[in-house]
Amino acid sequence: MALDKKDVEGIAHLARLAIDEADIDGYAESLSNILGLVDQLNSVDTEGVTPMAHPMHMVQRLRADEVTETNQREHLQEHAPAVERGLFLVPKVIE
Amino acid sequence: MSNDMHSKTIAELATGLRNGEFSSAELTKSYLERINASNEKLNAFITVTDEQAMKQAQAADQRIAAGDTGILTGIPIAHKDIFCTDGVRTSCASKMLDPFIAPYDARVIENFQNDGAVMLGKTNMDEFAMGSSTETSYYGAVKNPWDLKAVPGGSSGCSAAAVAARIAPGATGTDTGGSIRQPAALCGITGLKPTYGRVSRYGMIAFASSLDQAGPMAATAEDCAMMLQVMAGFDKRDSTSSERDVPDYSVDLNRDIAGMKIGLPKEYFGEGLDSDVAKVIEAAIDEYKKLGAEVVEISLPNTHMAVPTYYVVAPAECSSNLSRMDGVRFGYRCEDPKDLEDLYKRSRGEGFGPEVKRRILIGAYALSSGYYDAYYLKAQRVRNLISEDFKKAFEKVDLIMGPTTPSPAFNLGEKSDDPVSMYLADIYTIAVNLAGLPGMSLPAGFVNERPVGLQLIGNYFEESRLLNAGYKFQQVTDWHQKIPGEFA
Repeated sequence: MALDKKDVEGIAHLARLAIDEADIDGYAESLSNILGLVDQLNSVDTEGVTPMAHPMHMVQRLRADEVTETNQREHLQEHAPAVERGLFLVPKVIE
Repeated sequence: MSNDMHSKTIAELATGLRNGEFSSAELTKSYLERINASNEKLNAFITVTDEQAMKQAQAADQRIAAGDTGILTGIPIAHKDIFCTDGVRTSCASKMLDPFIAPYDARVIENFQNDGAVMLGKTNMDEFAMGSSTETSYYGAVKNPWDLKAVPGGSSGCSAAAVAARIAPGATGTDTGGSIRQPAALCGITGLKPTYGRVSRYGMIAFASSLDQAGPMAATAEDCAMMLQVMAGFDKRDSTSSERDVPDYSVDLNRDIAGMKIGLPKEYFGEGLDSDVAKVIEAAIDEYKKLGAEVVEISLPNTHMAVPTYYVVAPAECSSNLSRMDGVRFGYRCEDPKDLEDLYKRSRGEGFGPEVKRRILIGAYALSSGYYDAYYLKAQRVRNLISEDFKKAFEKVDLIMGPTTPSPAFNLGEKSDDPVSMYLADIYTIAVNLAGLPGMSLPAGFVNERPVGLQLIGNYFEESRLLNAGYKFQQVTDWHQKIPGEFA
């Protein structure tokens, strides 16, 4: 399936990814080539085949609902781009 | 102290340390000097942790003196910059994580530390492990020590290059679609991707969580066995970690392989395989016949679907995993964001390189409303068929063998403008990840003075069998002892 400029802009928005205007055509071409490769999957009959969610068909292991981690807020926030009073700072979202 | 320490294997170095022939401090210093002398040429390390390494070496020497010696106590090891290392930059070779100092250690790092191994530094790689040539790194491309015009493979390209140039006796790698085995093949070293779940993924920056697996890269199968012994084991902090006991990988290394049944998938020897590579592989298979192995042809009929399947599953998982890089909690943040959406979009747009962006976009597309069934679900169904092929094959054979890559190392820049042709470099390795099986690449010869790798694929949790077959091969061949002239 071939993607056009508008498709790429739409997907980039979904992925919250800024793409330079000048690069969009290039992405449209390379993504279309990759999807061309991927479209080969349509030649395989998968009627009745279960999708494989885990390499060994294992189910998710569960653990008891207990506190296992200690609070390390300051340590973990040391390298955050912007922090104030233990909170991550972002541009204003509510007026 | 002799000055040929770099030509020794990990096993030999461990013996030398235990016998007091040299100290870990001497050994570590000699490797740090070799790194300094060649890093400009190879660009193998993003971060060299020299001070920390010398401290760890001194601590190891004390442990050895006290008789408290682990498997790798005092042995210097390089770590792929995908493993979180407490207090040390963990960049994943991305501008996005260039400012990221990990606040904790990955389980793999903890295991090496507890055993007394010394960390030399963090090796360069393809950005977020996405690539087959180590050309997508934010810190620049890496060179193949056998030919500085050639790529070392990827994504664990520098771990492979570092071992090949003997600037590290062993290195860790991760393998999502061939990222240990393919660079091991292209650099002429031994690399093992264990069964999915054998080594903990805790603290290993996630690319595609259902495929990612860490493993050892070293000169020999014996060295890989020693490293895997330290790396493997259950970890409750990785929800897909296996609870199976870890066997002693040294026990079966030298076991007689007469009667071992080896399957050669006809699909791995067909169109697309370089004819000179084919000859090298056939000669390697002949060595196995001489060792008494029985060789039969098998078929893995869905082999040609592995690359298309992978390029749905891996990007889908990566687009989800990499959504955590948002410029808010850690890593790169753009200048002067005008609102929250602008902060997300520009931090990610400026922080990620082109190949990572491509894969995020493909993944976001494949998972988007209306396309999920057609792409992701379809790919997971085909993945099951690929896995079934192996299951049937292992009813008849003990091991599967073939080439690791269709051709020897390509030149820098040769494929970087054509993602699809780059993806096809992993045609023989990707299916193993989709099925979750263990695989290994052994140095098997040269074509035009560039190394060729023989791939061994085993059944689930049969790393011992792979290591045994690798060890036996290396007893009768000397490809694993070859060192590129410039670094000898």
